[in-house]
Amino acid sequence: MKLTGAQIVCESLLLEGVDVVFGIPGGAILPLYQTMSSYPDLKHILTRHEEGASMAADGYARSTGKVGVCMATSGPGATNLVTGIATAQMDSVPMVAITGQVGRAALGKDAFQETDISGITLPITKHSYLVMKPEDIAPAIKEAFYIANTGRPGPVLIDIPKDVFTEETEFIYPETLDLPGYKPVIDGDQFQVEKANKLIAEAERPVILAGHGVIISRAYNELLELAEKAQIPVITTLLGRSSFPDAHILFAGMPGMHGMAYASLAIDEADLVIGLGMRFDDRITGNVDLFAPNAKIIHVDIDPAEIDKNVKTDVPIIGDLARVLRQINKIVKPKTHTKWLKRVEKLKIDHPSLRIRETDKLLPQQVVRDLCEITDGKSIVVTGVGQHQMWAAQHYAAKEPNLFLTSGGLGSMGYEVPAALGAQIGRPDKVVWSVAGDGGFQMTMSELATIVENNLPVKFAIFNNGYLGMVHQWQDIFYGKDYYATSYTGNPDFVKLAEAFGILGIRVTEKGQSLDAIRQAMDHDGPVVVDFVLAKEENVYPMIPAGQSTADLMEEKFDDMEVSKRGYIS
Amino acid sequence: MVQDKPGVLNKLAGMVRRRGFNISSLTVAHSEQNNYSRMTFVVEGDEATINQVINQLYKIIEVVKVSDITKENVVIRELALIKVATTPTNRPEIFQLVEVFRSNILDVSSDSVIIEVTGDENKVDSLLAILEPFGIKEVMRTGRVGLIRGISNSI
Repeated sequence: MKLTGAQIVCESLLLEGVDVVFGIPGGAILPLYQTMSSYPDLKHILTRHEEGASMAADGYARSTGKVGVCMATSGPGATNLVTGIATAQMDSVPMVAITGQVGRAALGKDAFQETDISGITLPITKHSYLVMKPEDIAPAIKEAFYIANTGRPGPVLIDIPKDVFTEETEFIYPETLDLPGYKPVIDGDQFQVEKANKLIAEAERPVILAGHGVIISRAYNELLELAEKAQIPVITTLLGRSSFPDAHILFAGMPGMHGMAYASLAIDEADLVIGLGMRFDDRITGNVDLFAPNAKIIHVDIDPAEIDKNVKTDVPIIGDLARVLRQINKIVKPKTHTKWLKRVEKLKIDHPSLRIRETDKLLPQQVVRDLCEITDGKSIVVTGVGQHQMWAAQHYAAKEPNLFLTSGGLGSMGYEVPAALGAQIGRPDKVVWSVAGDGGFQMTMSELATIVENNLPVKFAIFNNGYLGMVHQWQDIFYGKDYYATSYTGNPDFVKLAEAFGILGIRVTEKGQSLDAIRQAMDHDGPVVVDFVLAKEENVYPMIPAGQSTADLMEEKFDDMEVSKRGYIS
Repeated sequence: MVQDKPGVLNKLAGMVRRRGFNISSLTVAHSEQNNYSRMTFVVEGDEATINQVINQLYKIIEVVKVSDITKENVVIRELALIKVATTPTNRPEIFQLVEVFRSNILDVSSDSVIIEVTGDENKVDSLLAILEPFGIKEVMRTGRVGLIRGISNSI
């Protein structure tokens, strides 16, 4: 049967199991939109900005494990997608972005709203297509979904000129893929697995460093089994938060720049680091020469290019994490590390990184704790980037897997609003809390309208200190308190702003109001914005300055603590 | 070996640039297989760097096979076209040098000749050095291409 290019796009998306797309129409993509109107099974969410569309697709993808789909028109529509695409690329999120392009005859002529979006996104996509013939659409979509959500997931862009949407051709959805250069390794090499097993058997002070790969590969049970069987403490990266239960006796925190001090110190003392689905990011390692100085390293990752990229590995295993862990678990011998586990417990006692000081002030750390208490750690938390993100990562103890969504690699402020929108669409069964900074929130708050329009009950906790808090903190510590361009003195009244969108707004200024406000938000049948007007000048600790090591660790000091160790903040 | 698709060279060059690797020579042309091109490029770096380059190259979907031929038993050749200034008096001397280097004269005009030379990089460099005193007007080098001897390195 002959179909138009636009019909082929819609049919192909349905065959790939797509039920929702996020986007904004415009001239070049209009033929596709006009066709989508007769495909009610493809629900379209009309965002207010294309960055909202790409980040909503990201939130949808992370919360469901399915490919998130976003659409935009040529030129500015396409370029507005870019930050969301880059966010997905850095954090390995499966996404397909479809952009309209000027007609083929106008390509390369600097036509109205023409931009080379496949060129622009070259370094921030896993793959991209410029489809020049309608018969190439179906194979491109088939390949795009396969590439986006296999191996190390990532975004794929498909750019389609306007007249390709309207030309007709025979629609045949390919059954096979022709990708001779793309064959992700799934099973770990048995020889390497046995070498890893030997290192695990020999280790006296092992730690597991669990990353986003655990969540992507849904390797929660396999991780739990390995940790329990061989009695290995589990440390998670920022994107690995909620991959292992916080309440588990073997959980030993998050390491790195703003991780728990005991996690970083445990890595210092470890004689074996088992990196699982993570990439030894500089926020974790600090100075790589001083990272895990006493440890051999096992690195399991599906992306061969991650092996030896940042940290030299003793045993590399390439493969899908859940499968590799099953291979390891099959041969690993039960072990105990009583002395080592006691040592890790001692580090936790000596370095109470999660302790909150007694004060009447409304502290951001306490707000996260309150949120965790009222939600019972079972809500999805979507954060922005900065101080509030770190406090959320430290203090939100999720009780179920994959409840913590954050832009870790790219660090995209503004992620918290659209990604929460996308997560709520992906997981209507869950309460979604957007833990937002007042800075990031204002970058994407126009999506509140999208949230209202689609009756999404997203709850927002704005961590409002009137600062670009993390930058302010760096100015405080590293730039001689020269607080230039980090203070928002003209912030809107967020309660009135919420009301203007038709959303319930609540303001919290006192410590005692926090729990009630969160409870009220949870009970409210619809979206809520809670404006937490916080104690200003609060810094995130612990802190290891960029490129340094635990020798430069800064921690908060408590009066009743025996303080002798390094770098306490008074 | 890469699939013949639009933009492959751009992807490859972009990857190498943004990862901070340095290409000193690059050639690309059709291979013995339909729809596949063979690229030869020279990247300077230690073993860890080269391994990273190879791994990063494999992340490009159209890249089908990457071989580090540095330590292999390989034949490497480069072709150069050299335009040298001539006078009626030094022309015989230049012609003689061309013969010694088993290169060819492709064009003779009143005040210059174009020489074609094929060989490894050293040979091309030597000829250029020897011709230098006569006055080299233009040089066009293809960059190095290479194949492993004996065994088939196809896909």
